[in-house]
Amino acid sequence: MLYNEAGQFSTSYAGERRLFRLRQDRYALAGLLAFAFIAVPYLGNDYWFSAILIPFLVLSLAGLGLNLLTGYAGQLSLGSAAFMAVGAFAAYNFGLRLPGLPLLASLFLGGVTAALVAVVFGLPSLRIKGFYLIVSTLAAQFFVSWALTKFGWFSNDNASGVISAPPLTIFGVDFSSPVGRYLLTLGVVAALFWLGKNLVRSELGRNWMAVRDMDTAAAVIGIPLLKTKLLAFALSGFFLGIAGSLWAFTYLGTVEPHGFDLNRSFQILFIIIIGGLGSILGNFLGAAFMVLFPLLLSNLAGALPVGLIDPGQLENLQKFIFGALIIAFLIKEPEGLARLWQRFRERARLWPLRH
Amino acid sequence: MEFFFEVLIGGLLAGVMYSLVAIGFVLIYKASGVFNFAQGSMVLFSALTFVSLHERGVPFWLAFAVTLAAMVVIALLVERFVLRPLVNRSPITLFMATLGLSYMIEGAAQALWGAQVHGLELGVSDEPLALGGVLLSQFDLFAAGTAAVLVTALSLLFSKTRIGLSLRAVADDPLAALAVGIRLQRIWVVVWAVAGFVGLVAGLLWGARVGVQFSLSLVVLKALPVLIIGGFSSIGGAIVGGLIIGASEKLAEIYLGPVIGGGLENWFPYVLALLFLLVRPAGLFGERAIERV
Repeated sequence: MLYNEAGQFSTSYAGERRLFRLRQDRYALAGLLAFAFIAVPYLGNDYWFSAILIPFLVLSLAGLGLNLLTGYAGQLSLGSAAFMAVGAFAAYNFGLRLPGLPLLASLFLGGVTAALVAVVFGLPSLRIKGFYLIVSTLAAQFFVSWALTKFGWFSNDNASGVISAPPLTIFGVDFSSPVGRYLLTLGVVAALFWLGKNLVRSELGRNWMAVRDMDTAAAVIGIPLLKTKLLAFALSGFFLGIAGSLWAFTYLGTVEPHGFDLNRSFQILFIIIIGGLGSILGNFLGAAFMVLFPLLLSNLAGALPVGLIDPGQLENLQKFIFGALIIAFLIKEPEGLARLWQRFRERARLWPLRH
Repeated sequence: MEFFFEVLIGGLLAGVMYSLVAIGFVLIYKASGVFNFAQGSMVLFSALTFVSLHERGVPFWLAFAVTLAAMVVIALLVERFVLRPLVNRSPITLFMATLGLSYMIEGAAQALWGAQVHGLELGVSDEPLALGGVLLSQFDLFAAGTAAVLVTALSLLFSKTRIGLSLRAVADDPLAALAVGIRLQRIWVVVWAVAGFVGLVAGLLWGARVGVQFSLSLVVLKALPVLIIGGFSSIGGAIVGGLIIGASEKLAEIYLGPVIGGGLENWFPYVLALLFLLVRPAGLFGERAIERV
């Protein structure tokens, strides 16, 4: 009853093909966007913007980038953070070396650069598969951070290889306050998720899924493997690159190559495992979990009597629980948190009946 | 030229240390098809447990036995709570589960024993030894000797014992092994326990070399390219791969480093492994996968 699709007919092909075919979905999305763009800036405070909402949005976008590659195209990658680093440093350099280049353009060019780098490291994917592919992405991970530290040019000869955010102005409007940075991030992320959602239901997205399920079979039915896999790497790199520059510019403000290390790659992989491989919504759920879970845990530890858990142990404990959760998710809910949402929707559709 | 040989042999011996970690991977991969990312944290856990016990006055062999028992317990737990529920799932899923497992083991190791750096003294001096005009580290020779003993013991285990025979059967064809009555789950426990033992030996040698600390779990990243070159399912391959990586890494650092900038030992093995893969997609000794639609 709550989620009833009865009586909603498409009367044109365009109606059949639209992104959200159900009225409820469209209203819910419009409501959510209005809430995020209009209500949240009034309701939230600086702590929420800087420490929770911005990292949440950026990590969702990074999750989307990896999900395109791993969840949809089935190519396991442990180099996400490298592509984020390439995006961040490229966007910084484009802004620095081409004065007058608009901020959004340098973000875009940063994404394109990351896409090109991702293609280079994706080239072996045609010849090597599965675990062996991890090596290629790990090579990206180590090579990129080495190159960014080694060659001072990338960080404009900063002694410790740190880059700082350029002035965040678009068409003369200043976005450098916490609210402004939140809105800027939200705008970019919303636009890219729209693109991503459309990508995965396009011909390309369907090809990705065919390659994921079995690439030999996909080749047999005439899907060009090289093009499909490389496009997966390129688009994944593009999304990750933009996520990287947002991470550097709107979240941290200053960042060094070390900020994009292997642990960041693992973090993004965990986001999509927990959120749901091959799901768009899952990226948000996984990122929310990733941002909120440590906060929750430290609050819980704070609520316990003093001395029961000392702060040094908290980190180890957190690591342990995280590992356990990953395994639990893989066993109990391999489709992640997104699957829980789907179940809820099926329930709501029949409510108040059971079957 | 003498310098070249010194670098080469030093690299080869360092490569043996990589092989030690890689052998643990190979054992598990052969018997259960799991790419065990947690091998590095098993190295860390065993070394940390051993050192902490030893520092508290437990004699060497007792500490060794207790640590080994702990590794067997881990193997039992892993089989019961990770491998068994995930049976028949895709290899990628199992890989990600071992990623979670590595977080758990690292968290547990540091929660139990703390995060400070421990020194470890195995009673082998690290003074260089002059052999035929080439300076060699005694410790490296000792490590190479240990590795040789370990590999011999493992190959005896595989070829002469009943359990080794069933291990080989499982590696060859798990379904056929089940059909003739081999208990797959027990095999998994055995093989994880043996990998734990290999991890302990590797942990002690690495720990004596670089100190027992968190970065020990990162040796897994050194072992990966070794596995790639040698192939995931061959112990001999792990040794050869380790030697190739160790030697070429050191030579590259000496001869290539000045040209394109030093510190390339982090990524050079990976690029080398990648080049190998482009020529031989299943490694030097790996089994070539046959794909059917």
